Amino acid sequence: MILRPSDMTASAISRARMLSPGAFGAPLGQRLPHWLLGGGFFLLTVYCVVLFEMSPLRLWAGFGKLIEVVGQMFPPTAKGAALDYAYAMLQTVAMAFLGTVIAAVLAVPLGFACARNMVPGWIVRFVFRRSSDVMRGVDQLVWALIFVRAVGLGPLAGILAIIIADTGTLAKLYSEAIENIDRKPIEGVRASGASPVQTMRFGVLPQVLPIMLSNVLYIFESNTRSATILGIVGAGGIGFFLADRIRTMLWEEACFILLMILATVYLIDWVSQRLRARITGGDSTPALH
Amino acid sequence: MAATAGGLDAVREFEASWRLLRTRKRWMTAGYGLLFAIALLVSAWVGEFDPVKLVQGLPRIHEYVAKTLPVLTLSNFWGDLAEWFYGLPRWLTLLWETILIAYIATLLGTIGALAMCFHAARNLALGKTSYWVTRRVFEVARTIPELVFALIFVFAFGIGPLAGILAIAIHSMGGSGKLFAEAVENIDMKPVDGLRATGANWVQTIRFAVLPQVLPNFTSFSLWRFEINVRSASIIGFVGAGGIGQEFYTAISRLYYEDISALIILMVFTVILIDMVCERIRHRLIGKEGFA
Repeated sequence: MILRPSDMTASAISRARMLSPGAFGAPLGQRLPHWLLGGGFFLLTVYCVVLFEMSPLRLWAGFGKLIEVVGQMFPPTAKGAALDYAYAMLQTVAMAFLGTVIAAVLAVPLGFACARNMVPGWIVRFVFRRSSDVMRGVDQLVWALIFVRAVGLGPLAGILAIIIADTGTLAKLYSEAIENIDRKPIEGVRASGASPVQTMRFGVLPQVLPIMLSNVLYIFESNTRSATILGIVGAGGIGFFLADRIRTMLWEEACFILLMILATVYLIDWVSQRLRARITGGDSTPALH
Repeated sequence: MAATAGGLDAVREFEASWRLLRTRKRWMTAGYGLLFAIALLVSAWVGEFDPVKLVQGLPRIHEYVAKTLPVLTLSNFWGDLAEWFYGLPRWLTLLWETILIAYIATLLGTIGALAMCFHAARNLALGKTSYWVTRRVFEVARTIPELVFALIFVFAFGIGPLAGILAIAIHSMGGSGKLFAEAVENIDMKPVDGLRATGANWVQTIRFAVLPQVLPNFTSFSLWRFEINVRSASIIGFVGAGGIGQEFYTAISRLYYEDISALIILMVFTVILIDMVCERIRHRLIGKEGFA
């Protein structure tokens, strides 16, 4: 049967609707929950807008001031302090590097202790998992704030903050990699009479090491970004200068520092991505943790 | 006879080249190892990582942590607990505010990312200029930490949650935008070709050919972003941009020791709870394999 536009009468449509109701959109019973969810989110949004006083007038005034600030940022200049800034930037990268390396080492035993297929008892696993949750659940900057009080101002507090926060993160990523390994090589190595240590070395490590290294590099990239703000609470690096220049409204210098951070982060990302591609033999961004 | 000699030669040649390869590989490993060791030493020197200072600092860290822990006696357990969490009503209000800041910032950031991500995807970009501009905007927005945006916005919009919301929104727009654009680049192009053949314009193509393919991914990325933003919202208070961070900063700088541990417990609990809920929804949306 060939349908012509003239066949599309109201009665034909209602007949088709009777025959196959599913072709005409979901029934009310299915659509209602979606509407309720949408309405709920809408109300929540309105509540937020009122609670946080996000009035158009306030936004308008704020954006006007912001454009003024951005205008004052150019041309970016260092005002003779370029070397100081460069050294602080280097310190930031050094903090990220050192913190990542130490965290990468500390996370290895913790990662194994959190893995379901490595530790038989659930109590041990529970304790280690929850402690890695706490290390990871508290933000790096909060750790930095605490360590500044404990060991004093300076990069050491920042490095310790990076170590604690990333040992937690890496332990979780490691344990996931360990839980996803293939049992067959392990059984093969064991069948040949290998000791537990040899089983680790030849059955487990070759499978997890590339993934672990790739995760570490990814965390290093992320740390070069997050280490730039540790200085805001006095934990070393470029953040101290940046926060100070913004607070004293020296916008040209703040812009210079921002551009320097951008350039450094691009450079690190580029190097790290090439290394990652070599290690894993292709592009692989670790799963969102 | 000649064949055997040739075979021996081949074996010898193979062994020689294998030895050469092995030596080269060992040199490479040694070279990279040396480079790594130098980088480590330079980092330790520039980062003022002094083992002596660290060892001296360790007992002080222990002391500090011990001071933040309250004295809980068995005889008056509930009373001690109530004293420890004396500020609970106010803290819960602040936590709720923190979550709302994260919510509205995620919403704004997602809208921004959604509006720009199709320009930043190689397979759908309208022109070189818009592709280049959106890519750079995403990169800058995600590289500059939200706390730096917050510092600048506090100056422009005044102290309060609004500055924090906008700071987190901009930063998460950059992060989500990159992920969105990558998801769009990985779509099946056949529906796009089909819709173009019917004469649909760019917006219609995106609405009916691209969006249905990427919407589950977008939703799950946004949920993940929300988890991150809850963490960010808890620290932007350090620079006066709202949320529970302000309270925490005050507790640390005025040495209200027991408040510090109580607030950390509340923050960790909230973060873990939200992560768990979001993970459930995410797995339902796109299945477990999407997040190995």
